[in-house]
Amino acid sequence: MSSVIKARITVTLKNGVLDPQGKAIEHALSGLGFDGVGQVRQGKVFDVELAESDKAKAEADLKAMCDKLLANTVIENYSVTLT
Amino acid sequence: MKTAVVLLPGLNRDRDMIAALTKISGQAPATVWQTDTEIPDVDLIAIPGGFSFGDYLRCGAIAARMPVMRAVAEKAAKGVMVIGVCNGFQILVEAGLLPGALMRNTSLKFVCRQVKLEIANANTMFTRRYQPGQIIRSPVAHHDGNYFADPDTLARLEGEGQVVFRYAEGTNPNGSINDIAGIINEQGNVLGLMPHPENLIEAAHGGSDGRALFEGALGIAA
Repeated sequence: MSSVIKARITVTLKNGVLDPQGKAIEHALSGLGFDGVGQVRQGKVFDVELAESDKAKAEADLKAMCDKLLANTVIENYSVTLT
Repeated sequence: MKTAVVLLPGLNRDRDMIAALTKISGQAPATVWQTDTEIPDVDLIAIPGGFSFGDYLRCGAIAARMPVMRAVAEKAAKGVMVIGVCNGFQILVEAGLLPGALMRNTSLKFVCRQVKLEIANANTMFTRRYQPGQIIRSPVAHHDGNYFADPDTLARLEGEGQVVFRYAEGTNPNGSINDIAGIINEQGNVLGLMPHPENLIEAAHGGSDGRALFEGALGIAA
């Protein structure tokens, strides 16, 4: 019986890469009266289900997915967490 | 001179590009679809602007992974000229055929207007009909044209003359680093730019500043 591995992939902008959307959100939060909001950086979350039972294999595949498509490693970092 | 235009779902400037290439080269370009794995023998491949795959994930990200882009990369490696305009530029960057990335405009607004471009390098196949430092006009229409590259890449681009077009005279519409509007690869045959030279090629467009780019690339007399 094949099992399913669930994973959460988080993609964030690298430090030093300007994030205009994060900046706009930061200002909007301040405008709502949330004082003391420091820097806001926007990212992406992908929840992925894999028909796989081997965790190491799953992790390797998920990283390959990030490198090949889900993240643009010129500007973004990613992390993979099995859930 | 023969040309081809890459078609992908969500592009919307393909007809403009086909019209421009037809008018300038005297023959209609071949069209290749996203699933095509072979591109006919042509001198120039154009990837038009638009919103391929709805800009999902990142602009150009999905398009860059379609089979046709492997064929474009093979042709580019053989020295065939490739031009990517707007979304086409984003696709070339996502496909790794050009360095860097194109990010959301710093204004967060979609910009649709005419800008001034400075010819930063007139010694390329695409810009040889312009003068160095010449200022030309060109329309832009994009939400994600903010060019970014890490400091090493940027230094290399600037040092090797790979920055071909720059927004001139305070017309940078998107916050692009060093006012970069268009870059060329190291080999000098793959050009990407955010502005739309194909939309300024005849009097009916209100000017023909973009025409010399295609005439130069295709070796056609002005």
